Amino acid sequence: MEAILANADWGVIVILLPLTGGIVCFLWPAVSKTAGLITVAAVVLAVAGLGRQIMEHGAYRHTVGGWGAPLGIDLFADGLSLFMLIMTALVGLGISCYAKSYFNPRDAVWFWPVWLFLLAALNALFLAADIFNLYVTLELTGLAAVTLTALTGRIDALSSAMRYLLAMLAGSLAYLLGVALLYHDSGSVDIATLAQRIEPNATVWAALGLMSAGLALKTALFPLSFWLPPAHASAPAPVSALLSALVVKASFYILLRLWLELFADFAEGVSTLLGLLGAAAILWGSLQALRQTRIKLLVAYSTVAQIGYLFLVYPLASASSGLAAGIAAYLAFSHALAKSAMFLAAGNLMRFGGHDRIADLDRAVQRLPLTVSAFALAGVSIMGLPPSGGFTGKWLLLDAAMSQGRWDLAAVMIIGGLLAAGYIFKVLGYAFMQAKEPHDARAVPAGMEWAALLLAVGSILLGLMASEIFALIHPDLVANAGGAVERVWTA
Amino acid sequence: MNGSVWLPLMVVASALLPGLIIFCLPEEKVRTRTVLNLAGAFSKIILTGWMLWGVYHGDRYEMRVAFLPELDLVLRADSLSLLFIALSSLLWLLTTIYAIGYLEGSPHRSRFFGFFSLCVTSTSGVALSGNLITFLVFYELLTLVTYPLVVHRGTEAARRAGQIYLVYTISGGTLLLLGTVWLYSITGTLEFRPQGILYSLDGAHYPALAAIFALLIAGLGVKAALVPLHGWLPEAMIAPAPVSALLHAVAVVKAGAYGIVRVVYDVFGIDFAATLGVTGPLAVLAAVTILYGSLRALAQDNLKRRLAYSTVSQVSYITLGVAIAGPVATIGGVVHLVHQGLMKITLFFCAGNLAETLGIHKVHEMNGAGRRMPWTMAAFTIGAFGMIGVPPVAGFVSKWYLGLGALEAEAHWVIFVLVGSSLLNAAYFLPVLHRVWFRDPPDNWPIERDFGDKETAWALLLPPVITALLALLAGLAASAWFSPLEWVKLIAQREFYHL
Amino acid sequence: MSHAFAYALVGAGLFLLGLYALVAYAHLLRKILALNIMGSGVFLVLVALAKRTGDAEPDPVPHAMVITGIVVAVSATALALALMLKVSGKTGQAVLPGRHQD
Repeated sequence: MEAILANADWGVIVILLPLTGGIVCFLWPAVSKTAGLITVAAVVLAVAGLGRQIMEHGAYRHTVGGWGAPLGIDLFADGLSLFMLIMTALVGLGISCYAKSYFNPRDAVWFWPVWLFLLAALNALFLAADIFNLYVTLELTGLAAVTLTALTGRIDALSSAMRYLLAMLAGSLAYLLGVALLYHDSGSVDIATLAQRIEPNATVWAALGLMSAGLALKTALFPLSFWLPPAHASAPAPVSALLSALVVKASFYILLRLWLELFADFAEGVSTLLGLLGAAAILWGSLQALRQTRIKLLVAYSTVAQIGYLFLVYPLASASSGLAAGIAAYLAFSHALAKSAMFLAAGNLMRFGGHDRIADLDRAVQRLPLTVSAFALAGVSIMGLPPSGGFTGKWLLLDAAMSQGRWDLAAVMIIGGLLAAGYIFKVLGYAFMQAKEPHDARAVPAGMEWAALLLAVGSILLGLMASEIFALIHPDLVANAGGAVERVWTA
Repeated sequence: MNGSVWLPLMVVASALLPGLIIFCLPEEKVRTRTVLNLAGAFSKIILTGWMLWGVYHGDRYEMRVAFLPELDLVLRADSLSLLFIALSSLLWLLTTIYAIGYLEGSPHRSRFFGFFSLCVTSTSGVALSGNLITFLVFYELLTLVTYPLVVHRGTEAARRAGQIYLVYTISGGTLLLLGTVWLYSITGTLEFRPQGILYSLDGAHYPALAAIFALLIAGLGVKAALVPLHGWLPEAMIAPAPVSALLHAVAVVKAGAYGIVRVVYDVFGIDFAATLGVTGPLAVLAAVTILYGSLRALAQDNLKRRLAYSTVSQVSYITLGVAIAGPVATIGGVVHLVHQGLMKITLFFCAGNLAETLGIHKVHEMNGAGRRMPWTMAAFTIGAFGMIGVPPVAGFVSKWYLGLGALEAEAHWVIFVLVGSSLLNAAYFLPVLHRVWFRDPPDNWPIERDFGDKETAWALLLPPVITALLALLAGLAASAWFSPLEWVKLIAQREFYHL
Repeated sequence: MSHAFAYALVGAGLFLLGLYALVAYAHLLRKILALNIMGSGVFLVLVALAKRTGDAEPDPVPHAMVITGIVVAVSATALALALMLKVSGKTGQAVLPGRHQD
């Protein structure tokens, strides 16, 4: 038994499990809730198995069907991939528990299979070892995400999904063109091989520009973020949570990978540009969030701002790219936990009051304390106040910015935190008050309240586990994984 | 000794655990809630007593857990932290008793007492912080958990006051964060050490260090209500009386003042700070605050607002004593941490009693209140005399040491500040006392509640009487071994000046 | 200029043309067609650049990529068309809100 656990191909299992689960849910809708939950729980265990393997033996590599690069497909996982897989599995489990009570039977029939396909696509993406496979998995992620956005069939959801899809496809095609150019230049799509062969020339620069632009569009980096707020705000709450917490992180992860392993050495100008756009995203997104009168739009604009923080690591990476990757991954995880909790809490508030107008929250503090606590705790992390994952991430970024004399970036982070406090407490302040037209509370299932709260508590606890997490994505972990990977972590 | 590692954590947990359990309690479980509150408060006092005994005999209590890369969360009990802990645990017990009486029958008490306990938790954390990052964590936590108490009543006015409170405190926290990160990027450590952590740094860093000092003091000055960062304090008086009493007169403002003491002595080091030339401006700022707060207090008719401005003024005695930079003045400033706490909480308790029993909120409604509520008003009188600095109440001792310290440090202008401030204190307290004792009561009080032959509920009366007596005792027995003054002398000897 | 390079340039041109149409036209069918043209452009680039070394056999890997890409593009187009039909079924016209049919 022990030997089976230690030698199993957990990477393959992590992809096949949700794929199978999705097919089961599709074929037998009657069992989709149960099958879906069991599948996601099983994925968590499989990721744990993979994690154990990586901790003991270093980075994981598996050649599917024994073909090997360049023709076959390789699966690869190091500390960074593992971290993203853990994020996806845990946040996905929390959202699944919520979704179990959220959907009516009609929507549930569609939600579960598509969500499990999305999970399979995400897992495959984090395990992809070559840039073309990343394209395919990215596209699958996008298609599943768009389908989930359109789930309710309401007109606002349909048109946001349409806009989302068009942006997604344009982004992926730009990325694919970049892949074509890189392949032409280096004769490989395998990241490790590319890393050895890549030289800055016109083709590589064109590829870099196309790939970065496409991925920035898919990650909703300002000003390419136009599609995100309507899509995230009009989707059902669990879907908004999945989109904000996980789907935008997928394209961000690809950009981070490419940057760390291929481009970081010669593209400092682009790093600066990405950082500038990130800073602009923080300011613009936060100001927009502050202006909103509805919770879901507020939370969606907050995502635009928080994505900006992720991009600040690029200009700061020059001193230590390994540390920068660690910070970025950590920030992504803490945002995933906090933002999913926030969207789920917003879903509860909508269920409770039948609307999401901030000014009419009507004593939600008394009547829905768990949900408001979830929103508040997640808010602490979003504002970057201690102790929380958001604080730790912001501290590390600030420390890096100060050490490198980047006062401009530090100032943007500080202002972003203040604006975030403004929009979070705007919601909380009204939650204490009686509305002008008091309304009756509608029942919210306990499971939905607890799912939101547990994710929010996770975002706080993350701040207290920073040292463990940095041990996970530490150079030692990937040191025996082969040259290309090692390079990432030594700056 | 294993126990010594866990003691600081247990002090923090003694408030945290009851608080977390209380959140889960249904509203009607009054008895369970009371038992939990009192159990927490008593166990904190016992633990504090244990540590006081240990530290007096030279023990160290320190707990460390990894937090950020190369930065630990450190809880450490030294003589200075114990001074603050002792004050807060004693006053927590009394305020809990008071709050149980005050909030009897009002809604959302589980939420109230839950957050109340969390505030005490954060204050204990602030007191026990062994480095600046730990301090920052608990300082920000204190902001967050006091917000629900400020907006507790859920009215539009409360929401506005909460907003103002946050604008000030979150901005302050941000400045503190900025200063802390900057400091860390230069020094690579944030430990509190007796001589500070900066004296070995190169002179090229001095301008940056002066800027960091300004950032840290601005961040701390918000909670310590230094002018012009004091605007939140009068607004926060919208909260229920026990909140004003413990939090806004003791815990929150003291957290700021205590932070200033730590930054000046244990981060910068008093000698280094003086070399850097930052203590002079700080002393001037404190002096301005003292006079400005008193002047504004003169003009307030609302009793709680008058007391709030008085707090603005009085808390800056602590900063002033520290900034004068001499052993005697420091003793005067640090001991005022305790003395002001005892006196001010008495005054706020009495203000709460007037509001609860007679419906009095304004100074001009207080005519003859002494005849209706003699015990309450006697306690009020002791507190007010202490604020003015009339011997033998504790406030006199603080001012005496501050004055002596100023002479020792040849900062003669401070004497004028002290005299001027005392005159102003007298000018805004004596007319109140005159109304209370020498004017005739009105035919009807605004809203009178009947307590039979007692002047008010015992839970409301007992706490102010005890704190007034303690304030008197701290002054009368200032040189007894158990007095705050003696302990502060120990602090000055051990931590600051190694005399 | 080799043949391969000329094809690649045409592919890039198609990509740009498609991108322009995607932004410029409001009708959703036009947008979807524009994306397909962009896709064809990319595929053309891939096929053309497969001829890497003079007169040797062309590299099979880009061809495999193109086939995979076509499968992805077909499913994406199917989803887009389905969404478009839903949108026009609800609103009576196949445009995104905030824009008028031109």
